[in-house]
Amino acid sequence: MTIEELEQLAISVRRENAKFDYEVNVCMDLACASQGAGAIKEALEQAGQASGKNILIRRTGCMGPCSHGPLVRVDPAKVLYSRVKTENAEKIVGSLGGAPVAELQCDLAEHFEGQVRVVLENAGYIDPGKIEDYVSRDGYKALLSMLTEMTPNGVIHRITESGLRGRGGGGYPTGLKWGTVAKAAGDTKYVVCNGDEGDPGAFMDRSVMEGDPHRVIEGMAIAGYAIGASKGFIYVRAEYPLAVSRLTAALREARRLGLLGMGICNTTFNFDVEIRLGAGAFVCGEETALLASIEGRRGNPRTRPPYPASSGLWGKPTLINNVETYANIAPIIRNGGKWFHNMGSERSKGTKVFALTGKIANTGLVEVPMGIQLRDIIEKIGGGVPGGHKLKAVQTGGPSGGCIPASMLDVGVSYDALLKMGSIMGSGGMIVMDDTSCMVNVARFFVEFCMTESCGKCVPCRAGTAQMHTLLTRIADGHGSMEDLEMLEDLCVTVKETSLCGLGQTAPNPVLSTLKYFRNEYIEHIKHKRCPAGVCKVSHAEEVTA
Amino acid sequence: MRKNGFARHALIETLHTVQSSFGYLDDDAIRFVARSLRVPLSQAYGVVTFYHYFNLKPPGRHTITICAGTACYIKGADKLIGTAQKRLGVAAGNTTADGEISLMVARCVGACSRAPVTLLDGEVRGEMTSEQILAALERWTVE
Repeated sequence: MTIEELEQLAISVRRENAKFDYEVNVCMDLACASQGAGAIKEALEQAGQASGKNILIRRTGCMGPCSHGPLVRVDPAKVLYSRVKTENAEKIVGSLGGAPVAELQCDLAEHFEGQVRVVLENAGYIDPGKIEDYVSRDGYKALLSMLTEMTPNGVIHRITESGLRGRGGGGYPTGLKWGTVAKAAGDTKYVVCNGDEGDPGAFMDRSVMEGDPHRVIEGMAIAGYAIGASKGFIYVRAEYPLAVSRLTAALREARRLGLLGMGICNTTFNFDVEIRLGAGAFVCGEETALLASIEGRRGNPRTRPPYPASSGLWGKPTLINNVETYANIAPIIRNGGKWFHNMGSERSKGTKVFALTGKIANTGLVEVPMGIQLRDIIEKIGGGVPGGHKLKAVQTGGPSGGCIPASMLDVGVSYDALLKMGSIMGSGGMIVMDDTSCMVNVARFFVEFCMTESCGKCVPCRAGTAQMHTLLTRIADGHGSMEDLEMLEDLCVTVKETSLCGLGQTAPNPVLSTLKYFRNEYIEHIKHKRCPAGVCKVSHAEEVTA
Repeated sequence: MRKNGFARHALIETLHTVQSSFGYLDDDAIRFVARSLRVPLSQAYGVVTFYHYFNLKPPGRHTITICAGTACYIKGADKLIGTAQKRLGVAAGNTTADGEISLMVARCVGACSRAPVTLLDGEVRGEMTSEQILAALERWTVE
């Protein structure tokens, strides 16, 4: 397909859509689907037919504020309905062209106001199963125009210029990584997309893969051109069956239109993508473990260097980026590096998608410019802590991150600021905790997670996390002593500094950050044998088992 | 296997296919896959035991999976697990003696905004309570 044909297709799809008087978009992401969005769509279709109005009813990906689901948005009026039930279908259809249904309308102006949507620009506007929908919103335009107008070096230059940093958590400059792989010697290179979103509490990658799969594929193809690879792999968790089927369908569609395969856009560029399934191992999010898993082996990490950029899949130079990173690529190519560079804070550019969950009014997906105050995310966009409870901490980065206390919310969100506070950006999970959460218990939860997920290859991580768990359990149960606390801190530092891969190196973060900011809770458990939040079953027994 | 051209690196894909057909992987299945793909049996077995997703035991007629990801945990997933364990009389990860119901614990299914989440035979249910779990288990036992 040439760029002219692509534009023709986009125009014809837009013309088709314009034939309808109204658009009713039904969010069918996991959260809304689990509340019967499928039945709602059917009811809307029936009501639409009965009414004789000219309506386009479309299923879409995640619209964002999942806690208000099931969500339905009516265009062109831009009215968002929340908590829709099947019996509301007739009323919604009946209201088209007139006043909106007041009792279903939800006012989330403040929720959307602070957000900037780049990665999620299509979320809620396209049917993820239809490549035409993606094309009509400038999809694949970046890929085809790049193939005819830009050199691989030019692409890398533009990515470098944008200041995009890896969205998987580490924050390595993407342009630099691409440049390294492009320069690596060898004819065969690979592009790998890390869709192993193992971090519990994060689901933005799932949402992007399910709601806008072509965006990821386009980003990978652009990367392939830039580094000189003709083969890509998307590694997806087996826990995300819908993401797998959506991506499979998307790949088929892209091949059908000649956007993947041999000689794309009548050039000599060949590129295709294969899907690889994970099988439930957190450590496979680590790049060398992920590569081992793609090769069909146990997901054991190995020492670096050599980095995958010089020796990755089957020993070939391999580029590994996260789903969200690839999702940022097409808009950067389309709008230029400067456009992206102008968003965000000094050293963290662009936007970041966060999965806002836990004790907060508006749970769901939000996309904010980097540098936004953490307090704004929680209080304005998130709507604050419900039920009259008090915010205690915000956890970012999952089991590798830390807890940020409520007193430190006035800080701009960026890779460096979070790192300074003892947490990490991570892939984007943001879990809000209120005064009913016990920080000792939370730390124990994460350490238990890392303990079971440790691959067992290196000793500090295998044995260290187990010992940390024992100590934390002892403290939580009220059998701990102040020496235990010291030992725990000591152990944390050892595990952090001597582990082989990211899992072990970051496993102590939740403990260290809670020890730093919520030490009094640990001491309360040890000295007064009570849990301030009332979560732990602290034993009052006198006999202390050593 | 043919779809992947009997490629050795497609071991995990093949095991997924086998498990989705039979529900679990027994010794015969692992042996067969290993021989067909010409990978050492040790590697096949190592892969099966490394990844949580593969089961070596047959699952029950029904499966309840309680998510214990961070968001669900904060919202009380541990209590739900406790309830289910008490009701079924088995520890998480096991199947009742009559082979009827398996109780599983998952690490995040990605529906965190609706925490705590439970999967009843693969169907996602958000904002679960102990009562709802007991009701669901009751329904299965009556059947």
